[in-house]
Amino acid sequence: MNQAASTETDYNYTVVRQFTVMTIVWGIVGMGVGVLIAAQLIWPALNFDTPWLTYSRLRPLHTNAVIFAFGTSALMACSFYVVQRTCQTRLFGGPLASFVFWGWNLIIVSAAITLPMGFTTSKEYAELEWPIGIAIAVVWVAYGIAFFGTIVKRKTSHIYVANWFFGAFIITVAVLHIVNNAAIPLTMTKSYSIYAGAVDAMVQWWYGHNAVGFLLTAGFLGMMYYFVPKQAGRPVYSYRLSIVHFWALVSIYIWAGPHHLHYTALPDWAQSLGMVMSLILFAPSWGGMINGIMTLSGAWHKLRYDPILRFLIVSLSFYGMSTFEGPMMAIKTVNALSHYTDWTVGHVHSGALGWVAMVSIGSIYHLIPVLFGQGRMYSTKLINTHFWLATIGVVLYIVAMWISGVMQGLMWRAVNEDGTLTYSFVESLQASYPFYFVRFVGGLFFLTGMFVMAYNAFKTITAEKGSLEPIEQAQEA
Amino acid sequence: MDFGTFSGLYTAFLMAIFIGIFAWAYSKKRKKDFSEAANLVFADEPKASSTKEFEGAQKK
Repeated sequence: MNQAASTETDYNYTVVRQFTVMTIVWGIVGMGVGVLIAAQLIWPALNFDTPWLTYSRLRPLHTNAVIFAFGTSALMACSFYVVQRTCQTRLFGGPLASFVFWGWNLIIVSAAITLPMGFTTSKEYAELEWPIGIAIAVVWVAYGIAFFGTIVKRKTSHIYVANWFFGAFIITVAVLHIVNNAAIPLTMTKSYSIYAGAVDAMVQWWYGHNAVGFLLTAGFLGMMYYFVPKQAGRPVYSYRLSIVHFWALVSIYIWAGPHHLHYTALPDWAQSLGMVMSLILFAPSWGGMINGIMTLSGAWHKLRYDPILRFLIVSLSFYGMSTFEGPMMAIKTVNALSHYTDWTVGHVHSGALGWVAMVSIGSIYHLIPVLFGQGRMYSTKLINTHFWLATIGVVLYIVAMWISGVMQGLMWRAVNEDGTLTYSFVESLQASYPFYFVRFVGGLFFLTGMFVMAYNAFKTITAEKGSLEPIEQAQEA
Repeated sequence: MDFGTFSGLYTAFLMAIFIGIFAWAYSKKRKKDFSEAANLVFADEPKASSTKEFEGAQKK
């Protein structure tokens, strides 16, 4: 590290450190709320008869916390780190980075206050009322300036592919957020969307699905393209494929939104377009997954002793799984069974826990020792423990939701000979209880893993600088 | 031009762009640049670096 230190001091690691620590903190908060509301579905008394602890108010808090607090903090930490290191220059804009950090965290805190109080636009994943919406736009633009400013003043001739993905994510999220949140304010805490009816629904799901496509996919693919090669110690499997991957993914994702509105008032042609585009999307998604996993070809043995690499590679497997499942569920006939059931919830979590959280966790484990002047994490064993807690947690969660979802879909569509419904809604709900419990247990596993991570990170950060030496792998030669 | 013809032509136009990107990415001329770019991940590490991932690469 001695020689590296001279280059590394030129980088702005402060903001990366701040976001890295907050990723773990917000991860615990967001997933903790998730476990609480999963428990509420089994034991409704857990809302303690207080309005601000009801499921309807905590659910948006959970989604906002995991997507915008946990996930986006991870993205901001990694993008600021990767853009500096691959452009070999200090972050652009000086204090702008601090503004992004404090601004973003203030937004998260205000979300954590206003959502339980019941202030909401009622747009899914865009629930925050207009004053916070404006604050998000301002901080996001500052984030974009810091990121692209760094690319402009880069010392390398190429712009590494990870930065293309981060760049696409930053620009698209800005556009999506501003367009979807266009509203007419009534009071400080209430506004009405400028869109109405089917147009409003289409704009909302154009936003919603591209939040998945660009925030939860493109951004994290940026992480993948840096941290998988870095942790594996070899360049990405095919740089050419990464270019085709990038352009195919960004140009197709934007069209997939209508699959959230099958069999609604949305024009039929728009539904079919959304379905076809979702099916095509399978190709670039798997292109990216293969590119990531094949980076390890010839170095598979590293998976045996490196749990960080395991996190990264398993996250790609979940990415492949959910990007296969997604296009299938976008087919209208499949969607007729899956929509509004727990299958959707399972699909989202196989992406959100399996892919997004696990690739972030792997990247953060890679980052912490580098950022805090250590050769490795405090305990590799605990990373391994976290890996298994997380993997078992995700599998329990998604299997429970698959079974419960398909069951619900079949029960809802079952009709008697005289055309009446075989089951009432409450009967399908009662049948779901065992699966809700398994889901709760799965979530608890995943959350426990985050606490293990927090302890390990705390011990690494507070250890004497340079006291944790990297472990040599004898079997590697 | 009616809407059907327009969207047909537009689809062909987009397809040509995609094939163009593909051909560009896989052309022999770009090979050296791309392998340079792919190694940017390791470019800012000094040779004597003690980070384990770099040692892994060296031993290959």
